[in-house]
Amino acid sequence: MAATQQPRPAWLKNMSAKLASIPMVFTALVIFVGCTLWTVYYSFTNSKLLPNSNFVGLDQYTRLWETNRWLVSVENLVIYGVCSLILSLVLGFLLAALLDQKIRFENTFRSIFLYPFALSFIVTGLVWQWILNPEYGVQHLVRQLGWTSFTFDPLYNADIVIYGILIAGIWQGSGLIMCIMLAGLRGIDSEIWKAARVDGIPTWKTYLWVVIPMMKPVFITALVLIASGIVKVYDLVVAQTSGGPGIASEVPAKYVYDKMFQAQNLGQGFAASTMMLLSVVVILIPWAYLQFGGKRRG
Amino acid sequence: MKMIKTVLAATVALGLSQAVYATELEVTHWWTSGGEAAAVTELAKAFDASGDKWKDGAIAGSGGTARPIIISRIMGGDPMGATQLNHGKQAEELIAAGLLLDLTEVAEKEKWREVIKPVSLLDSCTVNGKVYCAPLNIHSWQWLWLSHKAFADAKVEVPKNWDELVAAAPKLEAAGKVPLAVGQQPWQSAGVFNVMAIAIAGMDSWKAVFVDKKAEVATGAEFAKVFAAADQARKMSAKTNVQDWNQATNLVITGGAGGQIMGDWAQGEFQLANQTAGKDYTCLPGLGVNEVISTGGDAFYFPVVKDKEKTEAQKRLAALMVSQQVQVAFNLKKGSLPVRSDIDLNTANDCMKKGLKILADGKILPDVNQTLTPDTVTQIEDLIVEFWNDQKISPADAQARFAKIISAEK
Amino acid sequence: MAKSETNTRLREGARGTKPSKAWSRRNIFIYGTLLVAAIYYLLPLYVMVVTSLKGMPEIRMGNVFGPPMEITFQPWVKAWSEACTGINCDGLSRGFWNSVQILIPSVTISIAVAAVNGYALANWRFKGAEVFFTILIIGAFIPYQIMIYPIVIILRELGLYGGLWGLVMVHTIFGMPILTLLFRNYFASIPEELFKAARVDGAGFWGIFFKIMLPMALPIIVVAIILQVTGIWNDFLFGVIYTKPDLYPMTVQLNNIVNSVQGVKEYNVNMAATLLTGLVPLVIYFFSGKLFVRGIAAGAVKG
Repeated sequence: MAATQQPRPAWLKNMSAKLASIPMVFTALVIFVGCTLWTVYYSFTNSKLLPNSNFVGLDQYTRLWETNRWLVSVENLVIYGVCSLILSLVLGFLLAALLDQKIRFENTFRSIFLYPFALSFIVTGLVWQWILNPEYGVQHLVRQLGWTSFTFDPLYNADIVIYGILIAGIWQGSGLIMCIMLAGLRGIDSEIWKAARVDGIPTWKTYLWVVIPMMKPVFITALVLIASGIVKVYDLVVAQTSGGPGIASEVPAKYVYDKMFQAQNLGQGFAASTMMLLSVVVILIPWAYLQFGGKRRG
Repeated sequence: MKMIKTVLAATVALGLSQAVYATELEVTHWWTSGGEAAAVTELAKAFDASGDKWKDGAIAGSGGTARPIIISRIMGGDPMGATQLNHGKQAEELIAAGLLLDLTEVAEKEKWREVIKPVSLLDSCTVNGKVYCAPLNIHSWQWLWLSHKAFADAKVEVPKNWDELVAAAPKLEAAGKVPLAVGQQPWQSAGVFNVMAIAIAGMDSWKAVFVDKKAEVATGAEFAKVFAAADQARKMSAKTNVQDWNQATNLVITGGAGGQIMGDWAQGEFQLANQTAGKDYTCLPGLGVNEVISTGGDAFYFPVVKDKEKTEAQKRLAALMVSQQVQVAFNLKKGSLPVRSDIDLNTANDCMKKGLKILADGKILPDVNQTLTPDTVTQIEDLIVEFWNDQKISPADAQARFAKIISAEK
Repeated sequence: MAKSETNTRLREGARGTKPSKAWSRRNIFIYGTLLVAAIYYLLPLYVMVVTSLKGMPEIRMGNVFGPPMEITFQPWVKAWSEACTGINCDGLSRGFWNSVQILIPSVTISIAVAAVNGYALANWRFKGAEVFFTILIIGAFIPYQIMIYPIVIILRELGLYGGLWGLVMVHTIFGMPILTLLFRNYFASIPEELFKAARVDGAGFWGIFFKIMLPMALPIIVVAIILQVTGIWNDFLFGVIYTKPDLYPMTVQLNNIVNSVQGVKEYNVNMAATLLTGLVPLVIYFFSGKLFVRGIAAGAVKG
């Protein structure tokens, strides 16, 4: 796009766009870069309740990677992340595609899928805690129906507790993904559908080979939204299990907050968050380069 | 009850509108449940009655939620007039940074060193000979709550101490009961562990580890007994399928569980369910083994403010909090013990009276939060909750890890 | 199945093929799947509503799916107007207008800023823009609790600490990464010819934005509204950290009702309070949802 205005002097080019981007530049540089550097700096100190500058080298990082709870947290995040990403995308797209079939009650269904997003995590966690509780939730209900050997107690079984949290997480967040997908589907030119139909391509193939590739930007938005939510997942775990049984459902963000505010060990919390940030950067930078930096539109 | 609250709120509002010249103090605290709010109202009423104005800034959720808010406000240069914090090691850095008001003058004038019992509460507020906080109440953890119904169902006598409960466990289980209810939240199992450490290892060993941080005692035979008992306890509680502490208390109330180790705040749940101590439930301080209580509790700190008027009001509020009249009114509502012994609490219930007696006998220990840094406390929490829920960790392994955490504390 | 719709297709909304028979296999599949999904989404709502209508003794008995034996609206009344926050026993109603006062400028400003950002990034690229954008995206992954203290310091230095505009700024900042991405990608997927045609007609940066891009962006604005209204309405931490008790949002009361550490937990009041707090976003979802259809109508004109 920018290439269309060659003749003007370089600094004047796009003046309006540059002015309009001042808030973005400020946020990116001052808030995100500034605060990140601040965090990294203090992760090398032994800051407790307040930031201080007593440097202790890599001590915080050594302790971090020797802590069982942190290792469990990282493992949980990977499992939760992969499952949540796939399920949210599939479910979100499927529901959006179904809603986009000129159905009756579209508004009603959309609201049903979306409403969980409006509710606070604290109580969401509590409700799912009840539903998944073996003594008065689903297991109890099924057993009452006569299936007495039925066992379903994810929140009290350390091996599968993370999936219990996943059920609630998907419930809460997939409606929004559905909306984004729906917005994307509505942005697709109807000529495309006509053309596909004229060519006799089945609907599902049109989705798979024509529509989804066209919706790539929308998928990227959804992906970033889900992934950033995953990295930051905290409230839900606190509300549902407090990280239990034992430490079986701990997640990194919870480690960071607990260390910063509960344990009053800012240094340790900052070290953990620096590790989180580092892994995000390692994954995102190459991707962002390919995505945004490499090629130009038009 | 609701009527009373409304009336109270109305009178408070009236009081506020009249006291035009009063100094307004914003007070941050995390007492938000019904009973707690009623207790705070007593504080506010007393403060307003003295001519100043209490501006309430309640934020539920002690550690993780309220702390960043309190610290931010202080750092932002626009602090509240007073704030609740658990007394102990939490505020030391704020004091060192000169952000908290020195209350020594108030303490001397009001003779805090003489009236506050146990005096260790005041010591927790004292840094380098200066007093920085006003202790308000004592909460103790050392209570074993037992359900009479559960033991009747299992056809065993209600135990008089921990060992009898352990002995009764198989029969309770045979009757479909959970012998010991422990919720999943980490602070609960860690709390149980601390209670057991005091009761089983005894005061001296406990002090050696939690106060003097002697690793050799932490690895020694007395603490091996503690971990062995914790091993029994985790097996007895393995079938507790609840998260919140009061859901666990509810198991005791309904007879679904034999007992629960929980702080004195559990009392409120029994009262609400119309249960009577001695008839429907029994409370055993110190697990019936070692009748001691730890003296944790709440204290208020006063951030330094520029306004001289406010500083004076802060001092008035500090004096008021420790005063006899407020101590009685507040603690009766809160269900906690007062910080001074020269007052009469004849309306207290049986369990509270037991606590008062132990307190009067001086069988007290500091709370873990007073002797260890929050960092160490949470590390112990992490370890204990992991041990509690993962039978693969042997008591010996857990003890070794525990000793390592203790020895790392400086 | 898809024989004759091509010419009968109306342009008011959904794509897909037009339903021909009420009980076709296609319809059974579509509605069947939607209904199964609806059950999963509605089950917790059912539990919440049912619980909020029970008294505490009934809840202690512990059947979460059972309908209330005796319906009581007391928990709703209590949550709205009686539950205590410290000494003030006037429930959620206390913070309601504060929340509205925070919500409106925060949502408007954050979406406006992000829409312009996204537009500039998609259509008026300047050198280095993508670098800032990449930083923003990475910023979306930073747990915001990390930034609490540095932002306190920044706001203090700007003189905005403790007031409404400081909080609006914080919401704008934290909404920016995702919203900017949302708008950038949406504008990028709008056919370029439209933009080029407008350029040829002599329209400038703002002209194209207001006349062409914004009307076409309705579906994505809906998504942005959903995202921001929910986030800001449900925000608790920023609301208490960056303001004072006079301006505390409703979530402070919600947190205080739901999140009390000691003392008795009233689950029925918790549920009622959550549903009450959720009503505002829910109403907004429902009404803004109609814009999805309108957005398409606007988009259709372009053809």
